[in-house]
Amino acid sequence: MLNSNPIWKYFLIATILVLGVIYALPNLYPDDYAVQITSSQSSESLDQTHLEKVRSLLEEKSIELKSVELDGRMLLVKLNNAEQQLAAKAVLSTGFSSDYIIALNMAASTPDWLKSIGAGPMKLGLDLRGGVHFLLEVDMEKALSQRLQMTESALKAELRSEKIRYRAAEKVGIDTLKVKFKKEEDRDLASNLVSQSYRQFTRETLDEDDAFYLVMKMSEQSVKEIEDYAIQQNLVTLRNRVNELGVAEPLVQRQGRNRIVVELPGVQDTATAKRIIGKTANLEYRLEAKAGSGSLSTQTLPFKSEPNRSAVLENDIIVTGSNVSDANASFDETGMPLVNISLDGTGGSRMLETTKRSLQRRMAVVFIEQKPEIIRAVVDGKVVEKRKNKEVRSIISLATIQGVFGNRFQITGLDSPTEAAELALLLRAGSLAAPIYFVEERTVGPSLGQQNIDAGLLSVQIGFAMVLVFMLLYYRVFGVIANIALAVNVVLLCALMSMISATLTLPGIAGIVLTVGMAVDANVLIFARIREELANGLTPQQAIDAGYGRAFVAIFDANITTLIAAVILFAVGTGPVKGFAITLSLGILTSLFTAIVLSRMITNFIYGGRKVTKLSIG
Amino acid sequence: MTKQIDFMGKRKIAAVFSAILLIASLASLAINGLQLGLDFTGGTLVEVEYASAPDLEKVRQQLNSAGYEKLVVQNFGADTSVLVRLSQGFSDTVGAEVSAALAATGEALELKRAEFVGAQVGEELREQGGLGLLLALGIVMLYVAVRFQFKFSVGAVGALIHDVIIVLGAFSILHWDFDLTVLAALLAVIGYSLNDTIVVSDRIRENFRRIRKASPLEVINISLTQTLSRTLVTSITTLLVLLALYIVGGEMINGFAKALLIGVLVGTYSSIYVASNVLLAMGITKEDLIAPVAEEGEEGEAVDDRP
Repeated sequence: MLNSNPIWKYFLIATILVLGVIYALPNLYPDDYAVQITSSQSSESLDQTHLEKVRSLLEEKSIELKSVELDGRMLLVKLNNAEQQLAAKAVLSTGFSSDYIIALNMAASTPDWLKSIGAGPMKLGLDLRGGVHFLLEVDMEKALSQRLQMTESALKAELRSEKIRYRAAEKVGIDTLKVKFKKEEDRDLASNLVSQSYRQFTRETLDEDDAFYLVMKMSEQSVKEIEDYAIQQNLVTLRNRVNELGVAEPLVQRQGRNRIVVELPGVQDTATAKRIIGKTANLEYRLEAKAGSGSLSTQTLPFKSEPNRSAVLENDIIVTGSNVSDANASFDETGMPLVNISLDGTGGSRMLETTKRSLQRRMAVVFIEQKPEIIRAVVDGKVVEKRKNKEVRSIISLATIQGVFGNRFQITGLDSPTEAAELALLLRAGSLAAPIYFVEERTVGPSLGQQNIDAGLLSVQIGFAMVLVFMLLYYRVFGVIANIALAVNVVLLCALMSMISATLTLPGIAGIVLTVGMAVDANVLIFARIREELANGLTPQQAIDAGYGRAFVAIFDANITTLIAAVILFAVGTGPVKGFAITLSLGILTSLFTAIVLSRMITNFIYGGRKVTKLSIG
Repeated sequence: MTKQIDFMGKRKIAAVFSAILLIASLASLAINGLQLGLDFTGGTLVEVEYASAPDLEKVRQQLNSAGYEKLVVQNFGADTSVLVRLSQGFSDTVGAEVSAALAATGEALELKRAEFVGAQVGEELREQGGLGLLLALGIVMLYVAVRFQFKFSVGAVGALIHDVIIVLGAFSILHWDFDLTVLAALLAVIGYSLNDTIVVSDRIRENFRRIRKASPLEVINISLTQTLSRTLVTSITTLLVLLALYIVGGEMINGFAKALLIGVLVGTYSSIYVASNVLLAMGITKEDLIAPVAEEGEEGEAVDDRP
């Protein structure tokens, strides 16, 4: 029978529809105003006592609470409106010590049953929710030349300790080291040494002006490694910094070869954000004080992971984080986790001296953080907030010196590979980071964000309504079919975007608007074809079948090319424009489904399987 | 005889019309260039919202006396909203400084956004954008050549270049800001215009194979007539949503909406006149379309479902 639907097709389409509606649903629940509390100690999680404290603090100031959720490391306090949110933040910031990060947030109010199947609303881009966007560039030349500098001092030290005589060493360009020798055999010895300990260099020999040269050039592979390393190092540092800012859902991500994007939704104070992001962590290596040393030459510091434990350290610093050239986690022969540390030349020789005279004493690695501190003072009867940076020192490792060592050593006695990896991360974060600078900066005020959302939604609604009316007037019953397909298309598009948690931006909304306008095209093509086939004398049933069948090739070709343009746009565009490319591409895919499969089903449902003398197609 | 409107009879007039538009666009692009937005030039931009509409000249003077030089002050959408573009380097606090300088006279205002784009980033984006456009044109040409025939791909790409140049020309002549969203719109125009052209080409191909006794000019006329209602309906629905976007979408998306509005209008026109004109000018014949059919399996498939 022509134009009838097999049962399985109903099932398939119904399943897709139900899934679409379910996954698009979370977008209808408005976000709650919330205050988010996290501990600045990454290991500490919040519990019931904190929750009770929040309740009593807010009750005291009679701020109405919508709900409090304990979500792992985070306490989410939901409130009824923006004013109460601000009031609650003020109350909670005074109530909790500075060990806790209190941040404003917009919390999705997706019901639990939707959450349990992984549904959630679309993410909003910065242009819609307000906030700060930074683009930072890592100075790769500096990173390379720093590394070359460190290699130079390390190599010199090693040549001296191996008693290989060299005359001079100089840097050529940013990736080459040229070492001069008086005797050829010295050069060969050195070349041998380099081949063993400095594998990241290619070696070449050169004889001129009665001297013998060893030319070491960094291999392309190692240049790339250094660049990746510089980026990774900065990413780690930036993430640490950003976490301290107490921003809900920050984004720190590599972009291209040498750039890093930082997005801080909801933040308006660019200056503070930049000051904190720009700071790098640092490290100090210090000896544990001998029993009975005077308090003038010592300092008592807590452990980072165990705030209640502390140790007394000497004030003298052996080396600082800027002397660390590398740190990575690995295992010893027995499979115990450890961290390998490499120091630069100066750091190495100081370490050598210290370890020679301090065997079996304990050495501590001290982590230094810059923490913003809010000081409240009452000026003229008003509470004034002042921000100040405070240096906080804590011990991340305390280990016994087992032997004499110089620029390479290991920290052992770690509990787990995870701990080793974390320690290596911290050590690297404190070491010489390649300098970064800001190349792009955008601040979007919260009012502008909301304005953009409202304008975007309004244009979707108006555009949608106009298309619906037009199609209805022009195509009658078939207009209704196209309109149902179009409505489902928008729902599916939203569902798809929510499922892949794509970010919705203002151009993204424009993409949805454009999709609404263009998605009817496939149906228009089909309907035009049906009309023609009717005019050619086919019966209504034949015309429907021929119309859907013959229009397909044109629809397919036409959509593929738009998809090509969208994909290129995705590759070329950044930020908000990428959002447009995403909605446009997804819109094309969903519109193919709704305009061809779904509208065919509805048409068959209305006209199929019976005798039809006339089609209502305008 | 199949119904036909004599589109191609007026093809000389259309060619002259297109030529005028193209020459005007290219001339303006050569003389005025494009007024590139912050995304492409790099620089600093601050947007503030006043409680009541300020006098722009006064705002300018106020900023000049506060020590800012070489700046552009303009309204952004509503007349209470003021956009200040500074050529000087960016400092962390420029947004706060500018709004403080403006608020010094006691006006109520709010900082809406502050943006800074490094010169190098802007330059890269310019290169990437141009490259993206060329890439899109190239791939599309290839696709059409494979799916249809070489003469069609020249016609399609000719129409696309025509559309892109005219949209760019409009932005140049009217001194509209060309920013990243406009570039996005331009790529969408390429997609849209191509969509249109392909639907028409698809029909031309089909008719060349089906109608035995007709000159190429008649075949094209018949095809254009048959696809006319579809071309118009799709253009109208697209224009409707774009109008909505243009009117209520807000200032940030205004350039995007304008570029697409012009692009869709020009694209509709070009799919009727430019692409078909090129086909005729290149002397398309029935043989062009029948020859590859025997060789290419894919083409054969397309033929199978035709009577």
